[in-house]
Amino acid sequence: MRVLKTTIYLKTISLYILLLVFLFPFLVIILNTFKTTQQFVESPLSLPTRFSFDNYGKAFKDMDFITGFLNSSMITIISVLLIVLFSSMTGYLFVRFNWKANSVLFYAMLASMTLPFQALMIPLVVIYGDLGLLNSKGTLLFMYLGFGVPFAVFTFHGFIKGVPLELEESASIDGSSRARTFFQIVVPLLKPVMVTLIVLDTLWIWNDYLLPSLLLQSPSMRTLPLSNYGFFSTYSVDFSPLMAGLIMTIIPVLILYLILQKHIIKGITEGALK
Amino acid sequence: MTNKKTIRNAGTFLLFGGPSVFAFFAVVLIPFLFGLYLTLTSWDVRVGDHTFLGFANYVEVFKDKVFFTQLWFTLKYVFFTVAIANIAAFFLAFALTSGFKGQQFLRTGFFTPNLIGGLVLGYLWQLLFSQVLPYVGEKYGWSLFETSWLTDTDKGFWALVIVSAWQFIGYLMIIYIAGFMSVRVDVLEAASIDGANGLTKIRKIILPLSAPAIVICIFISISRSFLTYDLNLALTKGGPFNSTELSSYHVVQKAFLSNEYGIGQSEAVVLFAVVAIIALTQAYFLKKLEVEE
Repeated sequence: MRVLKTTIYLKTISLYILLLVFLFPFLVIILNTFKTTQQFVESPLSLPTRFSFDNYGKAFKDMDFITGFLNSSMITIISVLLIVLFSSMTGYLFVRFNWKANSVLFYAMLASMTLPFQALMIPLVVIYGDLGLLNSKGTLLFMYLGFGVPFAVFTFHGFIKGVPLELEESASIDGSSRARTFFQIVVPLLKPVMVTLIVLDTLWIWNDYLLPSLLLQSPSMRTLPLSNYGFFSTYSVDFSPLMAGLIMTIIPVLILYLILQKHIIKGITEGALK
Repeated sequence: MTNKKTIRNAGTFLLFGGPSVFAFFAVVLIPFLFGLYLTLTSWDVRVGDHTFLGFANYVEVFKDKVFFTQLWFTLKYVFFTVAIANIAAFFLAFALTSGFKGQQFLRTGFFTPNLIGGLVLGYLWQLLFSQVLPYVGEKYGWSLFETSWLTDTDKGFWALVIVSAWQFIGYLMIIYIAGFMSVRVDVLEAASIDGANGLTKIRKIILPLSAPAIVICIFISISRSFLTYDLNLALTKGGPFNSTELSSYHVVQKAFLSNEYGIGQSEAVVLFAVVAIIALTQAYFLKKLEVEE
């Protein structure tokens, strides 16, 4: 029994060491955000001698962190809300109304999930460029809705199939309209799926670089990944502020993760197993 | 009567399906079909040329040696990334399901890289490869690290593989853990009582029973690594001399730098076909194994 305990103890410790090695890249970068660029270049592994937030201040100003942060937050929140709202309604429509058009649309969406973004980006730029709709946050929101809909509809569809019809029937006898029945009776039941989708879509949209880089040209519209790209292109050798900019980009997601880690891990698992 | 019903049905459809179906058509379906049309033309924005070419663009893609060199580079990258990430994630998941204090914390920790986008992760590692590792190499005389990995084709390749695998491990680990959870605990306990050790347990019980999780993980990691773009951009920018360009990075560069949309879109379509064929074939063969077990 004692031997067993020691092995478990050893195993646990070695796993913690492994984690430390695994996260070492983050640790090195974080440590160096407190040094000057010269100190970083001369001895990147030494501990900082002082805790100065100069680099963060510089990154905050030169990267225009606030603009990027507000744009990213706004775009992520609105897109995710639109996807969840409209997809849940469409998922409901597809389950409860057995029309031919519905099943054709459902299978078209299912098939489209295999399409990678790169197969659509050129036509998107050509079409929306001709319509004069590039360089607009509204267009970006609309595209996230279009890209997010198939998976979300599929997920809601699978869940709503298991919701018993009796609940809604008694409501419709009471004279409740379709829309009211949906929002008052069905939506509350969808909470677990909604959490899963919110987690997956938030991570996707918050971190996305390629689509906003094709759509948004003016600096005032930049999302955080675009700000990082711009910052790296202009300050390519002043490493310390660059590193502070990276860490500042990571922190909001990390805070969210610490608060919601259970939901996030559950959401990721369910999303992948679908 | 029927008219009234049709109108009401149309109303329900528009209310519940309208916005999402419209967005789906405008963002996915129509661009997809228009994209197929693009591949048959000499679409060039600079000269406004829209001539219909038939399959000439595809012929050009298949004649393009650079495209195939990059496709081969990409296939190697996908192979090593998928293999390393899945093996590491599998064993990590095994170690983190044995039921000890702190395993939840460890899972959370290993998952962290997945929260961060490829561009930011790429920049983080770019600084490590170009500044920190050469410093270590010089200080301790390790020739392997003395020059930046990102300025060398072979080492740049491994840099891409290592960073991608590092990012995928936590994600795949979570799926493997979910797969192991469905392996019934009493089966494992019975095996332990019968004297099976860790490796035997993996080989005889966990591996066959978690076959569905393996299929999913390999499928996900293949399709995701074929589409690597941000990481390539932040880490090597395709250099030195375009020798570390992955296909999906190249497609973007080709289309938006040289503005040849017809040819760029044809490459994208060919790439998409390759990914679909490989991902589906592996799923088909692994699924067959699963049934036989």
